[in-house]
Amino acid sequence: MRVLAMLDRHPYLPNASSSMEEMLKIVGCSRVEDLFSDVPSAGFDAGLPAGPMDEASLGRAVCKELSRNAVLAGRCFTGGGPWFHHVPSVIRHIVSRGEFLTAYTPYQAEVSQGTLQALFEFQSFVCELYGMDVANASMYDLATAIGEAGLLCARVTGRRRFMVPASLPRARLAVIRNYLVPQGISLEAVPYSPEDGTVDRDAFRRQLAEGAGIAGAYIESPTFFGTLERDVGGFADAVHDAGGLAVVGADPLSLGALKSPGETGADVAVGDGQPLGIPPGFGGNTLGIMACRGEQRIVRQMPGRIVGMTSERGEGGGGRTGYVLALGTREQHIRRERATSNICSNETLLAISAAIYMALMGRAGLEGVSKAILSRTRYAEDRLRSAGLEPLFGGIKFRELAVKAGDPDAVNRGLARRGYSGGRRLRGDFPTLEKGLLFAFTEACSREELDGFIEALSGAAGEKA
Amino acid sequence: MTAFRQASYDEPPIFSMGSPGRTGTSEVWVGGGTDGMPKVALPREVAREGIRLPEVSQVEVVRHYTRLSQMTWGIDTGPYPLGSCTMKYNPKVNEDLASMDTVQQIHPLQGLDGIQGALSLMYRLERALSALTGMSKFTLQPAAGANGELTGCLMMRKHFEIIGKPRPEMIVPDSAHGTNPASAAMAGFRVVEVPTGEDGCVDVEALKGAVSGATAGFMMTNPNTLGIFEGRVMEIAGIVHDAGGLMYYDGANFQGILGRARPGDLGFDIAHLNLHKTFSTPHGGGGPGAGPVGVAKGLEGLLPVPTVERDGGEGGERYRLEWCRLESIGKVRAWYGSFPVLVRAYAYLLSMGAEGLRASSGLAVLNTNYFASRIAGIRGFDVPYGGRRRKHEVVVSAERLAAETGIGAGDVAKALIDMGLHPPTVYFPLIVKEALMFEFADSETKEAVDSYVEALKRVSEEAYSNPSGISAAPRNAAIGRLDEVRANHPKTMRLSHRHPQR
Repeated sequence: MRVLAMLDRHPYLPNASSSMEEMLKIVGCSRVEDLFSDVPSAGFDAGLPAGPMDEASLGRAVCKELSRNAVLAGRCFTGGGPWFHHVPSVIRHIVSRGEFLTAYTPYQAEVSQGTLQALFEFQSFVCELYGMDVANASMYDLATAIGEAGLLCARVTGRRRFMVPASLPRARLAVIRNYLVPQGISLEAVPYSPEDGTVDRDAFRRQLAEGAGIAGAYIESPTFFGTLERDVGGFADAVHDAGGLAVVGADPLSLGALKSPGETGADVAVGDGQPLGIPPGFGGNTLGIMACRGEQRIVRQMPGRIVGMTSERGEGGGGRTGYVLALGTREQHIRRERATSNICSNETLLAISAAIYMALMGRAGLEGVSKAILSRTRYAEDRLRSAGLEPLFGGIKFRELAVKAGDPDAVNRGLARRGYSGGRRLRGDFPTLEKGLLFAFTEACSREELDGFIEALSGAAGEKA
Repeated sequence: MTAFRQASYDEPPIFSMGSPGRTGTSEVWVGGGTDGMPKVALPREVAREGIRLPEVSQVEVVRHYTRLSQMTWGIDTGPYPLGSCTMKYNPKVNEDLASMDTVQQIHPLQGLDGIQGALSLMYRLERALSALTGMSKFTLQPAAGANGELTGCLMMRKHFEIIGKPRPEMIVPDSAHGTNPASAAMAGFRVVEVPTGEDGCVDVEALKGAVSGATAGFMMTNPNTLGIFEGRVMEIAGIVHDAGGLMYYDGANFQGILGRARPGDLGFDIAHLNLHKTFSTPHGGGGPGAGPVGVAKGLEGLLPVPTVERDGGEGGERYRLEWCRLESIGKVRAWYGSFPVLVRAYAYLLSMGAEGLRASSGLAVLNTNYFASRIAGIRGFDVPYGGRRRKHEVVVSAERLAAETGIGAGDVAKALIDMGLHPPTVYFPLIVKEALMFEFADSETKEAVDSYVEALKRVSEEAYSNPSGISAAPRNAAIGRLDEVRANHPKTMRLSHRHPQR
């Protein structure tokens, strides 16, 4: 064991120095290696330096490596997510607290009341925003939330067809497919209108009526292109008439201004929670939102952790209010292959971030942010149109704006030269939108930053390729 | 008695706090408002009437969540010996690194020039994990261990589709983590369970009987959930491989052999790791985690897209994302992986080095065996499948205690809380009655382990002398024992502040 002097005094390994000999004596071994005598050992190169790197050198090495990343906050208007929304300072301070940060899943409720209450509040905020009764404590991301929602629909209805709009980006569809197809559920895409990117109503009704009974259908507003579905309720009614469940997606920050999924007939609501006070993190800080109506037949089929409110045990239940993980019999650790999902670890700390965000914003803050995003998107659209950049889709847009560029790659190169991240090329997701670039405008950019970007984009688009 | 008292506030739900007009921040505060910008009039069919959120000032929000944090036990608070969770110290320097702007403030679609640092870190981490596990190539995409298991199962499914012989069955031991059968079922497999033999290991004869041409694979945890190293693993791999099946390694327990043995050398074809366990990244009360998955040579094509690839040699190297992989299963979650978690794990690897990782498993296993040795003979507690060395975890049964005093594993857990000790995992694995599954991480001091030994002695004494005292535990936590029946009964359950009433 004492290969390197540095290991004897490694700050993360307290017993390496003084206690080891005494412990070995109690165990009845002379060397730590004896504890592994039953493990076949083949020598191998671990692909790492043999010894530990000290803290100062570690900091320098990792900083240096990461300094090759360009930090474009304020200069990144790339659409389709993740987004640069404002992240209030409070959030990082709270979720960096060691108690929240270094806790495990709150299996022992009495010493985990903080995590549990914060998650119950997250669930409550989600229910309020989405107009639902019950939310879970998070999914990995929006894509897996839609996949899980599809599975839920299949379990509740006993049917195996699930419909989604063809306007979903390819990567998201790929995830949904991996959640549904292995269990024999067919995934059907419904065409979107080239006018405004919303689901083609006639095609939707036609597909609904064709083939076997429908388990459920997913529809989202705002769409991936930022446009608004005018009649989510009509879609939900049609799905219900066909005996299926309606799954409705919405951006949480749009819900300060737009009707909630609950108001438009959703049985299940999903969303991408990253806008709720969570930095982009190279796409690595994802938070899936999932909520449902309170009917037992649906609640019992929800995936993931759900925190419930209860009280201290005792006569008449008159004790203090507390929180526990509820409905564990749905979950993998008890139900195993018959569980509603395999999910165990979720995105708890990011759900707590989102709860703090919603608590900070409050009613007026959230309504204000929704409106500020609508305003900025319209402002950018108007100014870009005057500069000759036409939007791909008509109608009101929330945050996302798809524009038509003569030569999208050249425009992105022009933006890069001006120090900006480019637009998301739509060609990869939608072959027919070959010239499309998707941008996003959040409340976090000031008027000056927005003007600076619009100028850069207009300039880049006006250049000779 | 220890003078342990957890903070205990009657903290009201946030929804009953605040006062109209207050705000913790606002749209004007965060983005400078909308002066000079058009107001967007929404048509009535999409416009919302209003939203019921609390109106709370910033200091109220800070105090509320600070108080909640104080009613939460973390590794930073004290020892946390949850079995199969590897609750080791989460180094603070790694938090500093993961919170840098070059980690948090970058976008996955920035041009390649602007993400070379991120890609090179991911590439190096991927190579290191491959080397440590003896796998050929890893994906860093999965969000957590179970997401990694699903990835592995989907790759098995695809493998048999590609060779034109779909196989419908997945075999798992009865001692497996619940995620194994659940993940296999998610990937469309029929789950076949094999029992544990008297030695605490997979019953190899039963496995032979279960394996057939329908077997896609065998999911194995090694060391298993009893903490015992499955010594016949290579023979088992032979049986599964001879039938054309694949071996899956559940890396939740990789701590037990870290730096000493490699799943790839033991006959495994696919392996996932939990970076939030073995590689020290904080668990955040339940995530975000990361569950990278590695595959043996020949299966690389199945990995999710995109993979991180390196062009050019040292010095002139350049990294890119490869999306065009014809045999790939596609994607299992958004983007490329839990990047801030990956940064922490990479920093951890550097801060340990190869010998440090070896020392980590050595000290973790020493801690657990030391504990197992010291609790021998405590009345009411037994270590089933005794006589075998444990690796990083050990399962203690309170079956005798329960039979003789009425105090079961759950009660023991609550009694430990009153002594200022976080309980172990309870009632798992399912094959042990009244199970208490202890895992003492590499970072736990001898004194911390000793305190659990003394605590179990005291619990035993109290159980035999005054069991009603334990039934009333915990008294020193933020709250007393909670009513699970009320939480789960359809008539009384309350799952959000809008539920059940609207």
